[in-house]
Amino acid sequence: MKRSYKIDVDCANCANKMETAANNTAGVAKAAVNFMALKMFVEFEEGADPKTVMQEVLKNCRRVESECEIYGI
Amino acid sequence: MNKKQKKTLWRIGASVITLVAAGTISRLTEMPQWAELIMYLIPYLIIGYDILIKAGKGILNRQMFDENFLMSAATIGALALGEFGEGAAVMLLYQIGELFQSIAVGKSRRDISALMDICPDTANVEEDGRIVEIDPYDVEVGREIIVRPGERIPIDGIITDGTTTLDTSALTGESLPADAAPGTEVHSGSINMTGLIRIRTTKEFDRSTAARIMELVEESGSRKSRSENFITKFARYYTPAVSFGALALALAVPLVRLGITHTAPEWGSWIMRALTFLVISCPCALVISIPLSFFSGIGGAGRRGILIKGSNYLETLARTKYVVFDKTGTITRGVFEVEGVHHNSMEQQQLLEYAALAESGSNHPIANSIRNACKTTPDTSRVTEVKELAGLGIKAVIDGKELAVGNEKLMRELNIDYHNCHKPGTIVHIAVDGSYAGHILISDVIKPTSELAAAELKRAGIKKTVMLTGDTAEVAQPVAKAVGIDEVYSGLLPADKVDMVEKLLSCKGEKEVLAFVGDGINDAPVLARADVGIAMGALGSDAAIEAADIVLMDDDPLKIAKAVGISKKCMRIVYENIYFALGVKLICLALGALGLANMWLAVFADVGVMIIAVLNAVRTYN
Repeated sequence: MKRSYKIDVDCANCANKMETAANNTAGVAKAAVNFMALKMFVEFEEGADPKTVMQEVLKNCRRVESECEIYGI
Repeated sequence: MNKKQKKTLWRIGASVITLVAAGTISRLTEMPQWAELIMYLIPYLIIGYDILIKAGKGILNRQMFDENFLMSAATIGALALGEFGEGAAVMLLYQIGELFQSIAVGKSRRDISALMDICPDTANVEEDGRIVEIDPYDVEVGREIIVRPGERIPIDGIITDGTTTLDTSALTGESLPADAAPGTEVHSGSINMTGLIRIRTTKEFDRSTAARIMELVEESGSRKSRSENFITKFARYYTPAVSFGALALALAVPLVRLGITHTAPEWGSWIMRALTFLVISCPCALVISIPLSFFSGIGGAGRRGILIKGSNYLETLARTKYVVFDKTGTITRGVFEVEGVHHNSMEQQQLLEYAALAESGSNHPIANSIRNACKTTPDTSRVTEVKELAGLGIKAVIDGKELAVGNEKLMRELNIDYHNCHKPGTIVHIAVDGSYAGHILISDVIKPTSELAAAELKRAGIKKTVMLTGDTAEVAQPVAKAVGIDEVYSGLLPADKVDMVEKLLSCKGEKEVLAFVGDGINDAPVLARADVGIAMGALGSDAAIEAADIVLMDDDPLKIAKAVGISKKCMRIVYENIYFALGVKLICLALGALGLANMWLAVFADVGVMIIAVLNAVRTYN
């Protein structure tokens, strides 16, 4: 399953960090962050619940970039 | 400016004032070093506290090599060495650069988002005789929506009531307004300009044209180009490498001087050089300007009705050397039109009228094109007798005259002496009362811009243009010649086209790219097989949008050349930025190591390069 989320983050490098953090989260098959459009695209692994996975993604992102936000989880 | 940017601006102001004050006071008065340090710490902390916090967090997360760490290490080092003014000023300049970047990126993001914001948030429906606004997601297929003048159509559908003019420029990049009346199919994202219309929806909101386009553009960022990946990787190695270089400069060189050459170690001077290294090692200019170039490039193309599905395709398109066209629907219109009336013994208009009347009962494309060419709608009551002869044509009695309208077989059957046409196409012969009255030539028409498009492509550096078609060579050759296409392969079945493209792919150079242009209707396999698949006339065609890498919303072949032009410009700017930023950094590194560049120069180089690179990047939008 694929979904897109609106995000907020300050710099391009921070967006790259978020992307890496999201990709390293369990349940995420592939994540991509478009800094310019401020969007995160997440492809979930089969059977994963987007809501719980995204909570983890946000937690992991916050760890590397404290001032980031993911909307609509 | 948003709240955060305004806050930074205030901090910059406060920091500048306190820094200038500190500088003046320290020059005019004698004071102990600790007092001077405290005085300079005020502007330093005002401007740099968040950077220091972020750097600390980065170290705790073992992700220390980012710009926060570099700036913190460099400025703290400078303060520790007693270069108070320098330390505070470097942090200040860095923050000014960051603010500028954030404003520039925010601006181009707003520009491009505004362009992409073609989906209305509401739809008007009638409930109990009143018009109410509802969430477009809640409108089911088949429901009637109302669009007032000045509003955007939220959902694809068919007009049931009202006539108006539509502005489709947001979808096609074409500013020519289109007339619409009951029965007209309309796409979401168009602006209703003149009259109130009612539309019966044919799709759900999120499957409608505008929503699909937005989805596509937003997702384009997830397909990264090789240049973007290169920069990400580069930053990952460059920053640590330069940091270790700095460490070597600060420790190894003085130790070597001390232990081996027995000269004064000059710790202070070498450490300052090392700190200069740290400032230079920040890869910001590249990390921000490369994605910004692609985003602006894709946004600028979108504004012209060219949808590019990812920066990787933009990059590939720039290397295009071969363009392969499917003839029908790309070079030609794919609709039959009357091209001429020849050897006619009566008025051209009258001949067309007779033919149109004879064909009035038929739905065949040929009949349609004759009716279209006739312009007026003749009175069908003039037709008193019609007989269709399968595979031959039609015999009819019109105005009391006996007409035969059909192919040459029909003429031979009726023993009528006919003239054959020297031009390729479908020919309809007409005989009145047993004698030949002329023929109508019907053919697929070349689009008015096809020739110009082929020439423009050549100018854009395309080596060869190729045309594939299922038509006979007789039909295909003249078209290719008229347009200026280099090679033609005719008589191909759809499956042959894939083989043909594979053959062409195998004989091109490694770095050369082959683009295939089709109308997306039955050439999806070919679109997928080519290096870059371009679908044109895709407005409202889901299949084409799905299959292609680049989608032209209208069917103007000139857009292909435009797309290639945009991609080339974008890539040129990307490379300019890469070479410029890296070049300046390397020069500064060398000067820094030799002690010729101080921290001032380093931070000016860093911020200056970033500003120039960002300004250069946003050029791709225009």
